[in-house]
Amino acid sequence: MVTTHDIPDHDASEALAERIRRAEAEGTPLRIVGGDTKAFYGRRVEGETLSTREHRGITEYDPVELIVSVRTGTPLRELEAALAANGQMLPCEPPHFGEDATVGGMIATGLSGPRRPWAGSVRDFVLGTRIITRQGSEQRFGGQVMKNVAGYDLSRLMVGAQGTLGLLTEVSMKVLPLPGATRSLHLDMPLAEALEKLSEWGRQPLPITAAAWLDGALHLRLEGGPSSVAATAERLGGDELKADFWEALREQRLAFFAAEDSRPLWRLSLPHHTPALELPGVNDPDVLYDWAGAQRWVRSELAADALHEAVGRAGGHATCFRGARGQPVDAPFAPLPPVIEKYHRNLKAELDPRGIFNPGRLYAAF
Amino acid sequence: MNTLFDERLDGGLPTREQSEVLADLQRALPDMTLLHREEDLRPFECDGLSAYRALPMLVALPGTLEQVEILLKRCHALGVPVVTRGAGTGLSGGAMPLSHGVLLVLSRFSRILEIDPDARTARVQPGVRNLAISEAAAPFGLYYAPDPSSQIACSIGGNVAENAGGVHCLKYGLTVHNVIKIEVLTIEGERMTLGADALDAPGFDLLALFNGSEGMLGVVTEVTVKLLPKPESAKVLMASFDDIEKAGNAVGAIIAAGIIPGGLEMMDNLAIRAAEDFIGAGYPVEAEAILLCELDGVEADVDDDCETVRRVLEKAGATDIRQARDDAERALFWAGRKNAFPAVGRMSPDYYCMDGTIPRRELARVLKGIGDLGEAYGLRVANVFHAGDGNMHPLILFDANQPGEFERAEALGGQILELCVEVGGTITGEHGVGREKINQMCAQFSPVELATFRAAKHAFDPGELLNPGKNIPTPARCSEFRLTKSAGDAPAPTQALQNHG
Repeated sequence: MVTTHDIPDHDASEALAERIRRAEAEGTPLRIVGGDTKAFYGRRVEGETLSTREHRGITEYDPVELIVSVRTGTPLRELEAALAANGQMLPCEPPHFGEDATVGGMIATGLSGPRRPWAGSVRDFVLGTRIITRQGSEQRFGGQVMKNVAGYDLSRLMVGAQGTLGLLTEVSMKVLPLPGATRSLHLDMPLAEALEKLSEWGRQPLPITAAAWLDGALHLRLEGGPSSVAATAERLGGDELKADFWEALREQRLAFFAAEDSRPLWRLSLPHHTPALELPGVNDPDVLYDWAGAQRWVRSELAADALHEAVGRAGGHATCFRGARGQPVDAPFAPLPPVIEKYHRNLKAELDPRGIFNPGRLYAAF
Repeated sequence: MNTLFDERLDGGLPTREQSEVLADLQRALPDMTLLHREEDLRPFECDGLSAYRALPMLVALPGTLEQVEILLKRCHALGVPVVTRGAGTGLSGGAMPLSHGVLLVLSRFSRILEIDPDARTARVQPGVRNLAISEAAAPFGLYYAPDPSSQIACSIGGNVAENAGGVHCLKYGLTVHNVIKIEVLTIEGERMTLGADALDAPGFDLLALFNGSEGMLGVVTEVTVKLLPKPESAKVLMASFDDIEKAGNAVGAIIAAGIIPGGLEMMDNLAIRAAEDFIGAGYPVEAEAILLCELDGVEADVDDDCETVRRVLEKAGATDIRQARDDAERALFWAGRKNAFPAVGRMSPDYYCMDGTIPRRELARVLKGIGDLGEAYGLRVANVFHAGDGNMHPLILFDANQPGEFERAEALGGQILELCVEVGGTITGEHGVGREKINQMCAQFSPVELATFRAAKHAFDPGELLNPGKNIPTPARCSEFRLTKSAGDAPAPTQALQNHG
């Protein structure tokens, strides 16, 4: 077994549990914070700050098992460096949005990077979690094995729940080897043609692992064995694209995302082959297509209702990812249908009846 | 300790008279097939785990969504438990009926509603067979990846309920990774869509929660799955070993070389001989273990990987390495593995299939432990192993006609699962807890963890009407389990040996 000594190791679970027991007894809402790099994403939480930063370190990593277990306060970059040192990676390519991003923030927000449509999302790679519940007991769900169907899948339920159901203290994830070869390409072509090509290529076994359309060009990444990557690059043509493009896209450092643009930034999640949506006042330069068309970033002042309606009609949903001038948003997420909302409330009432865990982070009602 | 439903341990069930429920449902659903005579109920008394049987009170075979909705609303109003069943191939008794409950059979929902080659999705009814999806997608060069061994017969609704796996999970994931949207009816008869045609949906990931929930949170009425392009090339290597530990180490060495095989399976000598005798796949019957390693993807990469794996296997001490010459031989190599269960079944009047998962590094220790336990209980065990992902399927051979032998097999199985938990693994990798492993859940989870599972259940089904008694044991059952353990009055190996002798 490989233990990773480079990462400071500290188990703060008992202190965290004690703080939660007190909050539960007093009915004090807690605002859970890791690196605080994704505070913009979701509703503002009023509560006492509970930091996971002291609870850090890789608890188990055996590269041959393809599984890493890590405490949630561990900086994401430290985890990624430890994996890279063993020729492995988190295939979901999570965005950091800041130096201090933690593993807990990756799980809580469930945000994935450019490789997501081909490799899978953060939740797809979660195998198990440890959670401190409202009673202040640390509980284990899922496990440190690839396949496990004992009990309900509460581990994956925690992904994207933004800490509203309990405090994540540890996560076990599946990891994969780094690809043997990588090439990135820049192909000039109009959007409609790009979407059509991506649909066509999607039906073929090609080693594509990222596809974004912006500035009149399709940006592609190929990853896999050296032979197939070389052959595919030759077949598709285009110009070489610098590999750091993908990190800039993932971290929203491209010009499209510039902070000087004061309009809200919307994230549209759509079936990938949906044609360009007709949205009033939204022109070509206001949209960036990632995930082969399944994730679209839109700069728009359009009313939230109108966007939710238009995107919902196309089979997807919209999220106000960053508010105008970076201000907090009161209702960033798409409204839930009434029956679904009822079961969200029920789950919250069962797991956190006093509302101590990040209350209102996702929706005002829970 | 008995696994059958016991109201003393599993909680009281509402006891409506059959005649009352029958009359009520016939009034509400005059056009729905509703079986109530004993001879009609008999075929539904068990699922794929035939050792556990119970006659349901009634069997409902609805043909429309509206009928399912009304049925659930009536059962909810009457407080009658509902057990949902797909094709009935499950191996953990997840669809085992209750004598006080209605068995809701969804086999008539067997239509493929849409194959969308551009979206690369298939929208199907829950009773559609797993393999039928891939067959329907084949003309577009697409397929559905999860392939449980029962894929000819098992239904996609059951796959979702159990989060079914197969031999390609390490690379392509389980059901939860390949289902993008489900339609659900709650116990109150409300309709919900979980997931989306897009890659994510707002709110909690209820789609993930419902996968593997064993029909205890809702009834799945439609499933949309992701389809993948068929790999351009797939090649299989078969390596023989004279020592099972060497084979186990070879698995780790392949992964360490940075290769993720499409399938990576191991069989021990007893399983090899059984499969060879049944299928004639060309397996080396003298080998202590074989590894089947399938590499798939783009042709050029597959060829490179085959070379790498061959070198790794040689270094790991393989006594023989063969590559399937063509697709026909590749299919034959796999046929031996996929038919390993029935093959072992031919060697013995009965067999009992286990489903633990372990960290791969513990393989040698666990196999030795299984061997010792088998000896102590006087029963043979064949081992079939999804080596890539650590999921073991020990097959316990026994004869139910010999008094006490089934009980011994059951007790041995329980011990094997507890051994899996002991080395950091789990009692079920892909078959589900169902009724079968209800006691071992008490070994894997603490009372407070089980309470959290129950809290999740109560969010959707506070009256515990959906598939009661499965998956999550009651505190009473776990107390009894722990007492039994500490008293050591489970069919103990020594006692078993005496019986055997």
